[in-house]
Amino acid sequence: MTEQAMTEQVDQGRRRLLVAATAATGAVGAAFAAAPFLASWQPSARAKALGAPVEVDVGKLEPGAMLKVEWRGKPVWVVRRTPGMLATLKAAEQFLLDPNSDGSDQPEYAKNETRAVKPEYLVVLGVCTHLGCSPLAKFTPNDVTVSADWPGGFFCPCHGSKFDLAGRVWSGVPAPSNLPVPPYQWVADTRVLVGAEGAAAA
Amino acid sequence: MASNPVTTSSAPAAPGIDDVRQEPGSGLWGWINARFPAAKMLKEHVTEYYAPKNFNNWYLFGSLALFVLVIQIVTGIFLTMSYKPSAAEAFGSVEYIMRDVEWGWLIRYLHSTGASAFFVVVYLHMFRALLYGSYRAPRELLWILGMLIYLVLMAEAFMGYLLPWGQMSYWGAQVIVSLFGTIPVIGADLQQWIKGDYYISDITLNRFFALHVIALPLVLVMLVAAHILALHEVGSNNPDGIEIKKKKDARGIPLDGIPFHPYYTVKDIYGLGIFLTIFCAIVFFAPTFGGLFLEAPNFDPANPMLTPAHIVPVWYFTPFYAMLRAVPSFAGTQVWGVIVMFAAIAVLFFLPWLDKSPVRSVRYRGPIYKGMLAMFVVSFVALGYLGLQPATPLFTLFSQLFTFLYFVFFLAMPWYSRIDKVKPVPERVTYHAH
Amino acid sequence: MRIDPVVRRVVYACTLLVAAALPGAALGAGGDVPLMRAGNDIHNLPSLQRGARNFMNYCAGCHTAQYMRYNRIAQDLDIPEGELKANLMLKGGSVHDTIRNAMKPEDGRKWFGNAPPDLSLIARSRGPDYLYTFLMSYYADPSRPHGVDNRVLPGTAMPHVLAHLQGVQNAVYRTESSPDGSAIKEFERFEAGVPGSLTPAQYEEFVRDTVNFLEYVGEPIQAKRQKLGIWVILFLLVFTTFAYFLKREYWRDVK
Repeated sequence: MTEQAMTEQVDQGRRRLLVAATAATGAVGAAFAAAPFLASWQPSARAKALGAPVEVDVGKLEPGAMLKVEWRGKPVWVVRRTPGMLATLKAAEQFLLDPNSDGSDQPEYAKNETRAVKPEYLVVLGVCTHLGCSPLAKFTPNDVTVSADWPGGFFCPCHGSKFDLAGRVWSGVPAPSNLPVPPYQWVADTRVLVGAEGAAAA
Repeated sequence: MASNPVTTSSAPAAPGIDDVRQEPGSGLWGWINARFPAAKMLKEHVTEYYAPKNFNNWYLFGSLALFVLVIQIVTGIFLTMSYKPSAAEAFGSVEYIMRDVEWGWLIRYLHSTGASAFFVVVYLHMFRALLYGSYRAPRELLWILGMLIYLVLMAEAFMGYLLPWGQMSYWGAQVIVSLFGTIPVIGADLQQWIKGDYYISDITLNRFFALHVIALPLVLVMLVAAHILALHEVGSNNPDGIEIKKKKDARGIPLDGIPFHPYYTVKDIYGLGIFLTIFCAIVFFAPTFGGLFLEAPNFDPANPMLTPAHIVPVWYFTPFYAMLRAVPSFAGTQVWGVIVMFAAIAVLFFLPWLDKSPVRSVRYRGPIYKGMLAMFVVSFVALGYLGLQPATPLFTLFSQLFTFLYFVFFLAMPWYSRIDKVKPVPERVTYHAH
Repeated sequence: MRIDPVVRRVVYACTLLVAAALPGAALGAGGDVPLMRAGNDIHNLPSLQRGARNFMNYCAGCHTAQYMRYNRIAQDLDIPEGELKANLMLKGGSVHDTIRNAMKPEDGRKWFGNAPPDLSLIARSRGPDYLYTFLMSYYADPSRPHGVDNRVLPGTAMPHVLAHLQGVQNAVYRTESSPDGSAIKEFERFEAGVPGSLTPAQYEEFVRDTVNFLEYVGEPIQAKRQKLGIWVILFLLVFTTFAYFLKREYWRDVK
């Protein structure tokens, strides 16, 4: 500062206004500048390409057999259920935590008795809703490796969660909800597109 | 608008900005200050760091360099999240960033433009020091720390340029690493040791990546901190080259000093606005800058079997590259060009002791110094231009001339700076209120 | 702000020299052949759509564009996915795929002596003018394996894929004497030879569209980048204006 006394009046209001205007514009600018950096953590075009819907041909799947496909790094099961297997669903209901799938994750078109678009084919995500292990297929009824009264279904080896042949969870096991059903769509009689977002129930 | 007239009769205490807490205080701020010198540091380096009031716009480039460093660090961190430092994947991963990663193109262009912007502001910052004698005693160490920053920055830029693994990356690295091969006796072994292979390979790329993303930035940040500490210890020079500390008021505050905050913070913010406008104009409208910032051949992947027809380093290295090419091989070795090139940088370190003028600032120097300075600038810029051109005999001749003039500026300085006429230096800084 | 006259003069000198340096730095990849102007415009959507069709029909058979995804093209160039699959994805595959299902590099080397280069970045490394001139500069040369050569890239392994569109032009030379007295042939111009199915103007349009598409492929974000840039600059000007008045307000204290 100079040796001269400052006698000029300082307009504090104007100063405050300019500080506020500059700071506010700067803050908006900083937010705009930060947004691209945060957005760069979203799945990239390559990740989206790799996570694109997977088309599965089930034409060669035997009744009672299951096939696994990978979709977005997770196993998706397609089980071709026999009439006998479908019959176990009603019998299993007494054991289940959420038989109507009210608290579980599935597209609207798979929220039904068989949790499937076509009752014959179960399409379900093979990831235990407890801690993410992949359960084992235990389709044989009364399989002693599970329990004597076992009606057939899926059994998680990690913490013993049990699921029926529609992926519905038993009560009294660690898993809190049914196995999720991924979005899918039948594109032909024997071809199913797993992961098709917004797919119709057809 | 409520107007609140205030009459001040002495040095202003940052009127209008009351959110910067300077005193130890109470509450959380007090708790922290009892354990960490936050308030003290803020006082010493910001609110009660007294800078000369007569800084002109040349003095904006220091804080701008700091800002560009922050841009480079932040964008660099985000680039490493998608970049793959391997010969097989590097080129593709850069295109992955440019196309597949959301906003990856912006982050990459900010980084590539930031590299050139860094050198622009650093060169202007260094030129400012040259204009006003900012390197003179007692600021020799400040200057040397700045020169070390410049050296590390060149190494940082050089290693970073290999990472996209394009043709220019590859062959640029090839040429520069080969320089070390010209050193007598140890050259060949040294070159192989730097590459870690018999050619510039995946191994070289991997180690350059490590140096570029962590080793050199760490050194750079520490040097910048030391540079600022040294500056605040000796105080800033100014366009008049006068020590403002010689004239103080009763409270020990320099009569020609004003607190850095708010006066230079608001000025630097304004400067930053102008800088960012130019910077973003380049990022959004001309990110390759006509082939100067991103060279066209670098969009071809590295091919060790095929040298591009015309290889040039990035513009900020071309003055030194021109010197390298200007010196012919002699006595069976190319080492002379390398020596000249490194000497051109080394001589800058000795500047504080080469300048014997009784005055600091160009304002009070005589016609000889002004002429020499103009000659130096023309030589440096001309060398930068020649370094971009093919080495025709005519251009080589010009390169030799300008290399000679470059060294004349420094090596003859002890003589011409002493005999030059100088104008009387005023007692107080010259400043015209706006 | 007061600027020293010397400094001002020095700054002018620097500016002039840098301005002089720029054209030199932009030295093209065209070698000694003067390049024609492509005159393409990446904001011209119909041209890009035609270019995409040209590319898929005439280039993608041999060349890849391994960094360019089909669905990105559809999105950027406003092409419905059905049309993309029917008219542009001539070899099937997923819309998420990149354009890489061309011939195998071994086959390329076997058939042409050289694997056809990937075209993702060809417009960035060579420039649109180079590509335009290249595609305009095939001429009949019976001594070459494919019966044609190219002025821009003499001895190129690439046949004249567009010959049935452009036809095959002939090169006209004039004879000049070199300094040592021997006669040398200097290229003068092209003249029409075997006609093609397109008129010269239609062919120029065809090549311009194709080059336009290649420039888009080189940097798919370019058009959006420029549009966004205008807003960024406007915002920064507002910020700088506030900062200027803030600075001026505080600096009224300094006498």
